[in-house]
Amino acid sequence: MLRLVSTVSRPTSTGLLGKVVSTHTPQCSSAFSATCSRGADITLTVDGKEVTVPQGSALIQACEAAGATIPRFCYHDRLAIAGNCRMCLVEVERSPKPVASCAMPAMPGSKVFTNTPLVHEAREGVMEFLLANHPLDCPVCDQGGECDLQDQSMRYGSDRTRFHEITGKRAVENKDMGPLVKTSMNRCIQCTRCVRFANEVAGIEELGTTGRGNDMQIGTYVEKTMDSEMSGNIVDLCPVGALTSKPYAFHARPWELKNTESVDVMDAVGSNIRIDSRGVQVMRIQPKTNDDVNEEWINDKTRYAFDGLRFQRLTTPLVKQGDRFVPATWENALTAIAEGLTASGAKGDEIQAVAGHLADTEAMVALKDLVNRLGSDNLGLDQPGGNRPPIHGVDVRSNYLFNATIPGVEKADAILLVGTNPRHEAAVLNSRIRKSWLHTPVEIALIGERADTAYGYDYLGDSAKALADFVAGKGAFADKFKNAKNPLIIVGSALSEHPDGKSMYNDLANFVEKNKERLVTPTWNGFSVLQRVASRPAAYDVGFVPSQRASTTKPKFVYLLNADELDPASIPQDAFVVYHGHHGDLGAQLADVCLPATAYTEKATTWVNTEGRTQMGRAAVSAPGVAREDWKIVRALSEVIGTPLPYDDVLALRDRLWEISPTLVRYDTTEATSVDVALAGLKLIASQTAGAKAVGTPLRRPITNFYQTDPISRASVTMAQCTRAFVKGENYGFSEVGKGSQAAFA
Amino acid sequence: MFSKLPRSALPRTVARSRFISSTPSRNSDALFVHRDTPYNNPKIAFEFDAENMKRAQDIISHYPPQYKKAAVIPLLDLGQRQNKGWTSISVMNYVANLLGMPPMRVYEVATFYTMFNREPIGEHFVQVCTTTPCQLRGSTEILNTVCEHLGGIKPGQTTKDGKFTVVEVECQGACSNAPMIVVGDDFYEDLTPKSTKTILDAFKKGMKPKPGPQSGRQTSENSAGLTTLTKKPYGPGEFCQPEFQ
Ligand code: SF4
Ligand code: FES
Ligand code: FES
Repeated sequence: MLRLVSTVSRPTSTGLLGKVVSTHTPQCSSAFSATCSRGADITLTVDGKEVTVPQGSALIQACEAAGATIPRFCYHDRLAIAGNCRMCLVEVERSPKPVASCAMPAMPGSKVFTNTPLVHEAREGVMEFLLANHPLDCPVCDQGGECDLQDQSMRYGSDRTRFHEITGKRAVENKDMGPLVKTSMNRCIQCTRCVRFANEVAGIEELGTTGRGNDMQIGTYVEKTMDSEMSGNIVDLCPVGALTSKPYAFHARPWELKNTESVDVMDAVGSNIRIDSRGVQVMRIQPKTNDDVNEEWINDKTRYAFDGLRFQRLTTPLVKQGDRFVPATWENALTAIAEGLTASGAKGDEIQAVAGHLADTEAMVALKDLVNRLGSDNLGLDQPGGNRPPIHGVDVRSNYLFNATIPGVEKADAILLVGTNPRHEAAVLNSRIRKSWLHTPVEIALIGERADTAYGYDYLGDSAKALADFVAGKGAFADKFKNAKNPLIIVGSALSEHPDGKSMYNDLANFVEKNKERLVTPTWNGFSVLQRVASRPAAYDVGFVPSQRASTTKPKFVYLLNADELDPASIPQDAFVVYHGHHGDLGAQLADVCLPATAYTEKATTWVNTEGRTQMGRAAVSAPGVAREDWKIVRALSEVIGTPLPYDDVLALRDRLWEISPTLVRYDTTEATSVDVALAGLKLIASQTAGAKAVGTPLRRPITNFYQTDPISRASVTMAQCTRAFVKGENYGFSEVGKGSQAAFA
Repeated sequence: MFSKLPRSALPRTVARSRFISSTPSRNSDALFVHRDTPYNNPKIAFEFDAENMKRAQDIISHYPPQYKKAAVIPLLDLGQRQNKGWTSISVMNYVANLLGMPPMRVYEVATFYTMFNREPIGEHFVQVCTTTPCQLRGSTEILNTVCEHLGGIKPGQTTKDGKFTVVEVECQGACSNAPMIVVGDDFYEDLTPKSTKTILDAFKKGMKPKPGPQSGRQTSENSAGLTTLTKKPYGPGEFCQPEFQ
């Protein structure tokens, strides 16, 4: 049986809030071990070297600190300790047997040996037992080359077998986990990392172990796919080839791949990723560890939507002739735009630019500069109501950023979610909330559409009224919130798009203002807006929003920069439309001229995540066809229409970024807004929204299908299969015929 | 002796001394995944009856409310008893629901403990202990007797009339009265093939033979008669100072 955190301290995510007073303190953000590393440091000797580690560290960590590598399968520093593989055996003085270093707390003064004959023999024995039931199928196993078992057997494996079991090796049937995870359960070594991940981090309590001893299996017992937006991570966690990636199956070997560290753009978290490419193709996307952002996880859209980069791409400029698009050269296309601009007679604010979900910062700055130079302030965003100035304004950063920062979420002891379902808007952040919910007595409440968030919450209602009640201090949660040390309000980005957005922002701003001694302090800013779109924080940072006057002007010339979510009716019939982007999605259909640009894996550009953390993406592969980098397209166009922009290379453009906001070139850090400015920002919201009346329209979640939110994921085959399997609940066609019909749903 | 073997067998056995990977696969004895069947699927409703519900509530009340999932084993047992001796998927789901725990955690428990039968069993569940002490005292014979007497079924099978299911089990903790079988909840100990048959026949007739040692022993006392405690033990006060007598 497993020792699962979830079974100890919290009830199931579906059963709402049974309170357990946990012994862990909220400050314990360490993923070291089950116990919190607090208090004194201790000193011990590993292989004759003295090391000092925090009390409560596992012995394996002390050994690591001393520079001794300990082989392991089940231990993972972000998961609970299971201690069931026994690969990490070390010798400890005065202990009669070798001890499992992952499950043993480091003790002061103990003498540990990691490199003695006894240790080797013990590990060899463990390895022999693990291999006894492990199939010898490395040549056809997708894990080959990055398999812990393979690697460690090079060191500890025996070169001949003593396995003479007449009954044969253990055979376990494969499980069907959906379109993302491929299973080959014969290879499983029962380390239970996947089970611990699913239960602790992802919040899918359906995965577990059945049976016992040699017959123990990993699975769901009943036939059931693993419905989680974090499931891809178990592929990384599995130390052997039992769980591999289905879309990537037999596509490449790790040593053929070129690794490029970059930033994800499928949501506004800005997860750090490693793009593995071969030639001009992205083969897979893996997480890159960044404790401040995504720890070690990424969501399934981040991981698997990249196959959309191969389909529906714009590879050559297109000019509409009659009702057809005709391929054109760049020169022709740019001239056609210049002519279209003149012919449309657009002047001043009649020239509109709309920035979509995947627009990078450089391109937005260049486009804004161009449009401004043409005398227009009409800069729209690709969201409902995006052609109006946003309610929260863009003058104060803390009004639209996630001020508490992502790691800061773990410090919060009361969280109010307003109009957001973080599970779909920022899945990685959601698992942090879950982590905190499991280990600390945090109180969570939700105003908005009910959703399965993977943790329990108090449901307060779904409209402005619920928020007004909360602000007025009605209800049990409002009391708990009052007494919280680090209260946190997470405001969904959809709130500013909502008809009642104004009145709700007003309520919130006043509430935060009133409780500023706990909500806005030099060390804690509990008013946090969760953006859901990668380009949005940067768009606000550079001021890519319309002026009041521009928002009422009917545009005659529209430049869509990666804008694919807009309502076609919002574009006037007679306007001249340019689409600049990488996919032939909705925006391209509306266009008179399409300009092929690069996708996020093909350009080195700046991205700002929801915390305001500026990160640099890197180009992993080259762009298809004659597609060009986005800002260069805008720069070239500016030349053709006779208002050249003053930067000729990307460095000059980044100088321009610095001029706009120095934060845009300070990479990998967040900059907190000072208390005074933050409060001034709240005042601004309050005064601009004063007197707004709520009409009571219920809040709806902005993302109904997590798997398809942008042109890349809509073009992705894998995401389409996920949509069928998880959103529509159909059999997605990958598994054998006839399966799934009898699926037992508990 | 080798001449009796088919010709082709010899070279093969020799070749097998170098194992490449031609070993047959070994499936586990019990299925550790659930397959929907007409008699066992989540659509079949299960609920505790009034009496068991009362007992269940009583069991749950022994644990602090946030740890009520600790009651999972007793409740599964209660469910198994109510459900004709086996734990169907509906029983597990019901218990999970009752205790507010994820169903998978209940499946883990139910598959871990072999005493939860996840397939239907006969009216009388005959468990024959074949662990070493019993084996030394002739449990192999007892097992054979049981199987033959019940119409030649194999361990793990149920008789055609659905009256008996026979399984082999590990030590039941009654080694001092080996060999032994368990029928339902009762131990029948100190068995011989003859007494085994008598017991089974009684069950067949719908009677319930007296549990315990079948050899005339009361418990596990020396069958050759007592070697100690042969006299009446002295009572309180005896051999004491007069004032304490
Ligand atoms: S499937 Fe992989 S991760 Fe899960 S228990 Fe088996 S070996 Fe470990
Ligand atoms: S790593 Fe220590 S027992 Fe598995
Ligand atoms: S060996 Fe049979 S009861 Fe112990």
